[in-house]
Amino acid sequence: MSKIIKELYNYRYLLYMITWREIRIKYKQSIMGIMWAVLMPMIIVSAGVLVKYAFSRLSGSPFTGDQIATVSVKSIPWAFFVSSIRFASNSLIGNANLVTKIYMPREIFPIAAILSQFVDFIVATFVLTFIFCFTNIGVSVYLLWIPVIVAILLLFIMGLGIFVSAASLFFRDVKYLVEVFLTFAIFFTPVFYEVTLFGEWANILLLNPVAPLLESLNHVVVLKQSPDVKWLIYSAIVAVITYFLSYKFFKKLEPAFAESI
Amino acid sequence: MSDIVLKLDHVYKKYKKGELYDSLRDLIPVLTGKIFRSNKENTLDDREFWALSDINFEVKRGEAIGIIGSNGAGKSTILKILSGIIKPTKGSVQVNGVLSALIEVGAGFHQDLTGRENIYLNGTILGMGKDEIKRKFDEIVEFSGLSEFIDTPVKRYSSGMYARLGFSVAAHVEPDILLVDEVLSVGDYVFQKKCIERMNKVIKSGASVIFISHNLKAVTDLCDKSILLDKGKILEIGETQDVVKSYLSRFDTKNRDASEKDIAISKVTMSDENGESIEFETGQKAWANVEVTAKVPVEKLAVVIAIKDDNFYEIFSSSTERLGIGTFDINAGETLKFVFELDLHLASGTYHLGIWLHRYDIQKEYDVTFPAATFFVHSEKDVRGVVNLYPKVIDHAKQI
Repeated sequence: MSKIIKELYNYRYLLYMITWREIRIKYKQSIMGIMWAVLMPMIIVSAGVLVKYAFSRLSGSPFTGDQIATVSVKSIPWAFFVSSIRFASNSLIGNANLVTKIYMPREIFPIAAILSQFVDFIVATFVLTFIFCFTNIGVSVYLLWIPVIVAILLLFIMGLGIFVSAASLFFRDVKYLVEVFLTFAIFFTPVFYEVTLFGEWANILLLNPVAPLLESLNHVVVLKQSPDVKWLIYSAIVAVITYFLSYKFFKKLEPAFAESI
Repeated sequence: MSDIVLKLDHVYKKYKKGELYDSLRDLIPVLTGKIFRSNKENTLDDREFWALSDINFEVKRGEAIGIIGSNGAGKSTILKILSGIIKPTKGSVQVNGVLSALIEVGAGFHQDLTGRENIYLNGTILGMGKDEIKRKFDEIVEFSGLSEFIDTPVKRYSSGMYARLGFSVAAHVEPDILLVDEVLSVGDYVFQKKCIERMNKVIKSGASVIFISHNLKAVTDLCDKSILLDKGKILEIGETQDVVKSYLSRFDTKNRDASEKDIAISKVTMSDENGESIEFETGQKAWANVEVTAKVPVEKLAVVIAIKDDNFYEIFSSSTERLGIGTFDINAGETLKFVFELDLHLASGTYHLGIWLHRYDIQKEYDVTFPAATFFVHSEKDVRGVVNLYPKVIDHAKQI
């Protein structure tokens, strides 16, 4: 364990540079440039708002500002999740020339891919905060939960990302499975809806480790209440286990990367 | 700390031909094999082969070692194992010190980034720290000669510029052990020369260099010791001159199987006044020794001698007949010897000697050997091209 951290620490500047490169090239030769980091989540939020609005029109329930806030708070981390996994699954294959030619701890690639998405997520979060300042959402002491929730989300994403990066290196099939999974996962994750909508089935939805995180974010930001700590701990445990298993899997297969890519 | 910076001990590497997994049916035994760790490392199945077998050698501090061999001999596999990119199937690799590999220049470049950004990125990938790159940045740019284009994305670079920038970054890494794989083939003459100078500097600073190249002249210039590799096995380790000689002799006629032909050039060597040699100073006298063996009698023969430069352009040719000696006849079972004396007024470089056995009156070629021998010419003065015209500057910037 300490060896893992030490190696990553030794290569921290490289990790920083690879992350920087990912960010830099993502928006190269695009007119909007870094603005996309803001625009993308805005588009996703708009889509969510549209869905919500349609729901409330159909069901006849009132459409409030809080609902917009809920959709925003949930869909931005979700967008982070989706893009991270997608980028991570391609991170080793996309860097084949480095993987086969120069030695470095290869987990740098999926981690850098995720961190570059994380920067976008942070930018989007700031924009969202800025918007919330002008609405009547306001602040509460529960916002202090946000770093904890985001940390769990990040750890879970890293675990999953490291796993899919190595798996898709050996079998390109994984890449397609990941795409399918990411396309349909939104139906099983409470992004555009709340788990409470499902009554007694809610717990089943919460088994999805991302679900408690999104629900908790909604709790602390919009509803200004303490999150469901029990489910949050569940997510944290799943995240830690995922991370360590993936890491072990990754390190075990790493010697074969250059030959199998 | 010991004096040995690098040690390979009974290193084996197994590779597989064909696709990794042809079908799901192949995959299942592979996966179960991985899980149960079946100990199959000593055996080969029908699609596997040894890319390296039983490789043993050591590199001492400050030593430069060349690795030569034909394509597919396993040279690059050794470098990949040394740099940790792939793991050996069997055996151990010890590395004491910081190792940097110049396996492919510009491997870490990203097309969309500018030269400046790529210097920082590639420098980091090659193991330089941030401050180190900052400190050396101007030097790197100057070395590459690309200061005008440093803020242009590298995708707009020509392949030569690309390689130059790549090498410039790599050349400024200060490792304890430098692995170099065939990077000198890029760039023009001036740049290649710069690269060799740079590597000499690295060696002088006390670092060890492992140098893989098909450019035998560069290997002889840089390395005292060399390894000859063939089909994954070490054939010879020793003084570079000797190793290069035996490498070349594998292609030339020295040990040629002359049995199938009625008449054949059975041996060709180059020598100076001290005996057999492949290295000469410009202007030096050299002798080309040719032996011809016949199984059946042949009449009116002539030996043709030609020298070609490294691009296989013929720069000189003559023959016993053209030199006015006339033709010769050979009897069955006879071996005849011919010696040509040559004044090598050549510019420094690599040259190939070819020998033809020709009968002019019926225009028949009995035997051809090219390259029969490869040799190097050195020159003190920087004379390029193929001939040395011994230039001197008589008037220099004189007012008229």
